This record gives sequence, C-alpha cells and structure tokens, in this order.
Amino acid sequence: MESSPYLIKLEQVSKVYRTGDIVVPALRDVSIAIAQGEFVAIMGASGSGKSTLMNLIGCLDRPTSGQYLLAGHLVSALDRNALAVIRNRFIGFVFQSFNLLPRASAMENVELPMFYADVPTAERRRRARERLMQVGLEHRLEHRPNQLSGGQQQRVAIARAIVMNPRIILADEPTGNLDSKSSVEIMDLLERLSASGITVVLVTHELDIAAYASRRVVMKDGQVLSDTGRANPIASHNQKSSARLEQVSS
Amino acid sequence: MNILHTSHIALETLLRNKVRSFLTLVGVTIGVFAVIAMVAAGDGARARVQQLFASMGSNMLVVLPGAAVQGGVTEDFGTKATLTWSDLKAIRNSVPSVRYAAALLQTTGQTQANGRNWATSINGTSPAYFDIRDWPIAKGAYFTQSDLMGRAKVVVLGETVVKRLYGAGIDPVGQVIRINNVSFQVVGVLAPKGQSPRGQDNDDAVFIPQTTFQSFIQGGLQEYIQGAIFIGATSGDATDRAERQVTALLRQRHHIRAGMENDFSIRNLNDIAQTVTAATRALSLLLAAVAAISLLVGGIGIMNIMLVSVTERTREIGLRMAVGAKTAQILSQFLVESVALSLVGGIMGTVLGIVTTQLVAHRFGWPVPIRPDVIAVAVAFSALVGVGFGLYPARKASMLDPIEALRYE
Repeated sequence: MESSPYLIKLEQVSKVYRTGDIVVPALRDVSIAIAQGEFVAIMGASGSGKSTLMNLIGCLDRPTSGQYLLAGHLVSALDRNALAVIRNRFIGFVFQSFNLLPRASAMENVELPMFYADVPTAERRRRARERLMQVGLEHRLEHRPNQLSGGQQQRVAIARAIVMNPRIILADEPTGNLDSKSSVEIMDLLERLSASGITVVLVTHELDIAAYASRRVVMKDGQVLSDTGRANPIASHNQKSSARLEQVSS
Repeated sequence: MNILHTSHIALETLLRNKVRSFLTLVGVTIGVFAVIAMVAAGDGARARVQQLFASMGSNMLVVLPGAAVQGGVTEDFGTKATLTWSDLKAIRNSVPSVRYAAALLQTTGQTQANGRNWATSINGTSPAYFDIRDWPIAKGAYFTQSDLMGRAKVVVLGETVVKRLYGAGIDPVGQVIRINNVSFQVVGVLAPKGQSPRGQDNDDAVFIPQTTFQSFIQGGLQEYIQGAIFIGATSGDATDRAERQVTALLRQRHHIRAGMENDFSIRNLNDIAQTVTAATRALSLLLAAVAAISLLVGGIGIMNIMLVSVTERTREIGLRMAVGAKTAQILSQFLVESVALSLVGGIMGTVLGIVTTQLVAHRFGWPVPIRPDVIAVAVAFSALVGVGFGLYPARKASMLDPIEALRYE
C-alpha cells in the first residue's frame, strides 16, 4: 500500500450535477490534502461548492471525475455498500439540524451506528453510555430529543459521531441552529476531539466559528479560493488508519 | 444489524401509527377472510352435491336395452328388448365388481284406495333394487324373495302415492289397494327420496315383485327383460370397472364382434356425479379468484401506506445511510414492516374465516371442513403479499440518495 502522508487527498476532483439538459458544475478540478489530526474549516458563500466538497469527503457522494484517496485508498471508485461501510467505520457526521431519531432516546441514537456494525448489545450499551458521558450528558441517557435543548441534542449527535472511533468528523454548520453559548460548548467539544487526534472538517460561514480551526479553506464558484496552509502531516497516525481501511475493503 | 433490531424498528413504527396500521391490515384481513370463506363455501357446495349423488343410489349403473333400427331411423335406447333374464343372472353371478343386480320393469297405471285414485309409475323389480338405490324403508318392510317366487300381490308404496291416496301421516301398511284393478296388499312405505336430477318425483311410484308385474300388470316376452337392469357396484371406485366388465360380458353374450356397436347402453351415474363435481370445482375456483382479488386490493393498500411511510421517513433513511446502513439493511427494515402488517392481517383474517365458516356450517348444517392446507396457503400468501407489495416501497427507500434524503424537508 502506498503510504501517503495525508488522510484525505482529493486530486483534480470535479462534480457536475445534471438536471435534465441543464448541467451545473459544483466543483471544478479541486485538489486538496488534509493530514490526520488537522482541524480544517471550509468556508464560502452558498453555491460555492463547500457542501459538495463536504459530501465527497464524507463518502456520501462520488466525484464525476478525479480521484479521492482516503488513507491512501482510492474510494472514489467504490460502490454504495462499500461507501456505507467506510462511513460507518471512518467518518462521523454532525449536522446543522442534528438529525436525531425523534422517538429514540439519547442512548438509542448513539447506539445506531453500532447496529450497522453488528456490535453486540452489551458492548453497544457500554460504549454509548461512555460517549454520552464524554459529551457531558450522563444524566440525560434516556431522554428523547424533544426533551433536550438544542445544545444537548447536538452533543448527542457528536456522541453518535464518535461512537465508532472514526478518523474523521465532518461537521456541517454544527452551530447553525444554536445560540452563542451552546455554540461555544459545541466548538470546545470539537476542539477537544481534534486535540485527541481526530481529523475535524468543519463547514461554516461564520468567521468566529471558523476561528477554532487551525486551517481555513475558502471556496468560490466550485474552486478553492484560498487555503491558509497545513500543519505537518503525522505519518504514524496515517499508517494505523491505512491498516484499518485495508481490513474493511478486503 | 440483526433481525431483532429490524423487527423492533418495524414494530415501533407500526405501533406509532396505530389507526393507520390497523386500517391497512384490515385490508389484508378481509382478503384472507374472503379466500378462506370462499374456498370453504366451494368445498361445502361440493360436499353437498356429493351427498346428493350418494342419496341417488351409491355406485349405481343402469343397463338399458339397445336401440331399435326401423327404416334407417335409430330410435332411442330402451325401445327394443335386447337384455335377457339370463344376462341379468350372468351379471349378478360372474362379474366380481358387481354386488347387486336387479331388473326394473316399468309402466304407468292407475292406483285406487280409500275412495281415491292416482296415476303413478308401476315398477316390477326384486328386493336388491332397494339396496342399489340405497332406499330405506320408512314403515313396514320390503317385499321378499319368497314373494318374488310366489308372484305375491304385495306392494311397497312411495311417499307421494301414500299422500295422494291416504293423506299425510297415515300408515297404510296392511291396507289393500288396487293397481290397474288388481288388489294388492301394502307391505311397506319407502322413505322419501325427493326429486331425481331430472326433476322427476322419485316418491311417485309403487314397487311390486317383477314376477307379479309380468303376471298381472304387463306380460311380455319370457326370455327378454322389458325394462332396464340396475347394477350396484361393490364400491364407488369399482363403478367404472364394473361398467367395463359388464360391457365386455354383454358383448360376449350378445355375440357382438369387435368394431360393432353395442346393442345396449350403460348409464354411469358416476360420470354425471363427476361432471357436476367438476362444475362445482369450477365454481369454487371462481369464488377463490374473486377472493384473491380482494387480497390483491389489500396488498395495494399495504403498498400505498408503505410509500407514505418511506416518504415520511426520508430524513431518517438518509441518516441511517450516513451512519453506515447498507442498501439491503434499509430494504429489509421496510420489508419487515410490510410483512408484519400483512402477516398480522393474514392471521386475523384466518381466525375470522374459521369462526365464520364454522358458525355458518353449524347454523345451516352444511359440511364445511376446516382445511389446514387452505389456512397455510392463505397465511403464506398474505406474507407473500407483504413481500410483493412491500418490495417496491422498500426498494425505493434503499435506493434513495443519502444527500437528498438528509436534506429532505
């Protein structure tokens, strides 16, 4: 296996949306590389392509052309189900609107990704409880989303995102629906996760939120307008994740 | 992602929308109920028809003498005597699948008693005839073999004749009646048998020994039987065999060469019974088809509600995909839901079907057996409806684009 120093590496990636005869280029020849442990903020106006970039990095979508290497593996060629496994094991999502199951408790919401990884019940419970404690919700285990504040709901979502021990957390406007106090709490939480070695990619249009990141990428018209540069890649992390990815895809 | 988790989600979703789930499964309930009830009705009708045929005389064959050919015109069977008394004896004695054989000599005549008179069918036969027709006696007794030997002037009356001459509820046994101005003593009254399939009243007849018939009612040729031979086979299954054996015997006795036509004909009631049974079977098939259509409508109801469910839960599906659900896992989640709906509906329909048919059977005395095979098929078919009609919505769910699903409002 090629040992790329980068966890995320996009090479000449384009994405074109086709609605009938109308062809909308959302990304044009974007190349970007993100190392393990980086905290990156992707910024830009709406329509700049930042969400498309996010979806591609999150393996929710495949590029029209170009290559996406995740931990050295070419994932741009994988099919739906293989991508589902990658998302399950390597990527945690945090959404603006939380996307919790409304009728499920905090515990059940956090357990969800583990169902799809066939984690045994006892282990599932233990890990869900542990993660909820980690985000400070140990007294809200059996609460449903509508019994929790926005900030608490987003913390449940973060617990869900990290329960499978992912390499990457993708946060799409994670504070968009929160008041400023909750926003600070959530960003502190993401910062702590980043410090623990998880790669955090954040999409936001708020400058003060982007300020938490160590690197800022600005998008415009489907291209990278500016990039504040990167921290040093940490090769050791990379090799570990390479090995894990190898297990999944084989 | 185990089946337990899948079932749990499905059950939870169904319980969340109680009224909706209930109404949907009622569609399947009605469908399965209709299938079970209709099949039971068809079975009941068939059993009833078979019962009726059994009452006409079990395992019965009728041998009619051959057609007379006059001036190139073939007249109907029975117009010329070709059957002999020794044919009858041979059939009775040498065909293994024949249990009874009896001649039936028939004419119409006038009966008089109690100051009234009534024109009816006068029949000369032997006691075996009543066994062949499976015709029990209601009062008194049949005439006997010794009555036959002694040309006794005794008569067994049909129910209708008793009613016409004496009125209902009168026991005429021991009375004397006149048949074509000859006095006969009544020895028995037959149990009512009702109408024949041709609409004739079976009970509008009197029966006397065939020897008496020949001496006092209608003479005839000594050697030939001026009538038909009734045959009772050893069992229902043996009827067709008896027909073949009797045919072979009579052809040999009448010296009919291969390729020549028979100078007699055999009516096999089994054939008629089979025809009618086939007709009722076609009827039950039709009923089942109608019932199957209602089950189909129930299935469409499931599909409809599953499509609503998929649309409602688009975001949830998107989220499940984002956290790692594979296509098959989303598919099975929705399939389990639709199968659960249709299976519960199917079981409810089965219970309802059994209870209703048994009530009807009890009320109207119809023989309606519970058929485990029909129940198994109905329940299996309802589950199949769940899979069949759940597949499209489930597939639709599993093929959603996760990005669009997550963005769905």
